[in-house]
Amino acid sequence: MAENLLEVKNLKKHFVAERNFWGKPKAILKAVDGVSFDIRKGETLGLVGESGCGKSTTGRTVIGLYEPTEGEVYFDGEKLNSDGNFADEKIQMIFQDPYACLNPRMTVGDIIGEPLDIHHVYNSKQERMARVYELLNLVGLNPEQANRFPHEFSGGQRQRIGIARALAINPKIIICDEPISALDVSIQAQVVNLLSKLQRELGLTYLFIAHDLAMVRYISQRVAVMYLGKIVELAATEDLYELPLHPYTQALLSAIPVPDPDDKQERIHLEGELPSPVNPPQGCRFCTRCPYARDICREQEPVMKTIGSRQVACHLVDKDGKRLYAMN
Amino acid sequence: MAELAKIDFEPLVRSAEHIQAENGEAALGYWQDAWIRLKRDKVAMLGLGTIIFLLIVAIFGPMLSSVSYADQTLAAANQGPSAAHWFGTDNLGRDLFIRVLYGARISLSIGIVASLLNFLIGVTYGGIAGFMGGRVDRIMMNIVDVLYSIPVLLYVILLMVVLKPGLTNIFIALGIGYWLQMARIVRGQILSMKEQEFVLAARTIGASRRRILIKHLIPNAIGAIVVTLSLCIPDAIFTEAFLSFIGLGVSAPMASWGVLASEGVTSLKAYPFQLFFPAIAISVTMLAFNFLSDGLRDVLDPKMRR
Repeated sequence: MAENLLEVKNLKKHFVAERNFWGKPKAILKAVDGVSFDIRKGETLGLVGESGCGKSTTGRTVIGLYEPTEGEVYFDGEKLNSDGNFADEKIQMIFQDPYACLNPRMTVGDIIGEPLDIHHVYNSKQERMARVYELLNLVGLNPEQANRFPHEFSGGQRQRIGIARALAINPKIIICDEPISALDVSIQAQVVNLLSKLQRELGLTYLFIAHDLAMVRYISQRVAVMYLGKIVELAATEDLYELPLHPYTQALLSAIPVPDPDDKQERIHLEGELPSPVNPPQGCRFCTRCPYARDICREQEPVMKTIGSRQVACHLVDKDGKRLYAMN
Repeated sequence: MAELAKIDFEPLVRSAEHIQAENGEAALGYWQDAWIRLKRDKVAMLGLGTIIFLLIVAIFGPMLSSVSYADQTLAAANQGPSAAHWFGTDNLGRDLFIRVLYGARISLSIGIVASLLNFLIGVTYGGIAGFMGGRVDRIMMNIVDVLYSIPVLLYVILLMVVLKPGLTNIFIALGIGYWLQMARIVRGQILSMKEQEFVLAARTIGASRRRILIKHLIPNAIGAIVVTLSLCIPDAIFTEAFLSFIGLGVSAPMASWGVLASEGVTSLKAYPFQLFFPAIAISVTMLAFNFLSDGLRDVLDPKMRR
């Protein structure tokens, strides 16, 4: 069994949503509320869920952009984010918006060279430029474009620049925060293939945050499904897509469009909206929208059950992984 | 058919220097692009041309003249404009043309120094407040709000009373009074930018706060800063003119435009040209700076770009 490169234990990130007159917190937004997972060396863990469920916050808290409210992150057994131990040399991040993630006032060469400057990893200017050109080549851009500014590039190219910047100081893990959701479909495939190629060549480990389930299936070995700040199901990609255990996972998977006009697969329509993370429902967080919810779901919060190699948090799944609710 | 050797199929090795040499014609930078678009704005270019003309005349004009701004020729007092005295003379027979040129020196240097102080204090203060956020921001901006509620002119006047009139003290008074607007604008810009992904990206690669502020945030706020500065210059010039007019500005025999206008008013009925020329100089300068700052705002506003 491969070793765990990254372990996240009971990670919580709460934001103060409202303060009273005296500056004391009045309402707390529990964006991430007790998330645990681990990522093995060289694998890709997909993190999926609908908008506002805390996927991006999880990624940002893992890398240390947000101070975790509670919980720990271990890299290779070593605790991160304690007393300002910023994880920048081990973990890097690729951002969602290719138009916002590059400083419009810096040339591409300076953007990619900045991590090199900060970490003093070169001895001469030539060495720095050589590394920048190498990185540009690596992500499939022309080194001659190093003196250009970000606005002269297309979305896909900008995302490649973001990838090159993340790779500059040889990180072990890259957190991909919806790296493709802002791109055209044809460009999405290019970027995802580039990420896979880099993973093979450089032995990278990815935490791949997305809401495109088809793309997650393509790139990840394991998938974690998040709902309202918690992971509801975590399993190997094949298992999860073959036999989703949690009702929420089922609903998500039924929403993937199938390119077959004769396909009469029934979609599971979830009722209502995502409840507010300021005031999550009692019991199972999914109970307000779950078509199979029973009394126990509204009273007791389900614990994470480990069933073989997979994990699921649902009262209606027994310890052998059998679903105790009727399937359509 | 030519013989092909194996070496013909070797990939060309492109060294870093090689690529750098090819990169000679770099893409248009931000400022080059802004300059090209500013050149299309006729009114702004007129303003810029006038300002450059005024600067040259203010620096070199008095040097080329044989008479000084303080030379009195009582026999030639209160003469109207003529070939010898283009703008006429004042009640002590001093050449008004030279005095207006000399006044330009004082007025323009006040404008420039005030805007420099404005830049240094306002950008630092606003930058720190916006970047730190939270309680620091609240306290710092509350101080600004309190100061802002006092009319600038009022406490510039009060300061001048305490500090005694003089050029250095005008600099100090304007420096203290004029950075509030700048601090607010910079703080607002930084606040809106600091959660953007390129700033987060800078944090993830380990950039220090100082570096983020200087390399990422302030360069992206520079458009707003430049526009605020170019609006501050005419304001400072006008405030100085006003202070001199009410007798709190530079003291005789130094001549700022405000002093000249104030002297001209006393003999307005008999010799209107004594007020006319300094007033024209003030108006033209204000207009030129306002034209330029309007143009700069259009050119540097990131929302207006393409």
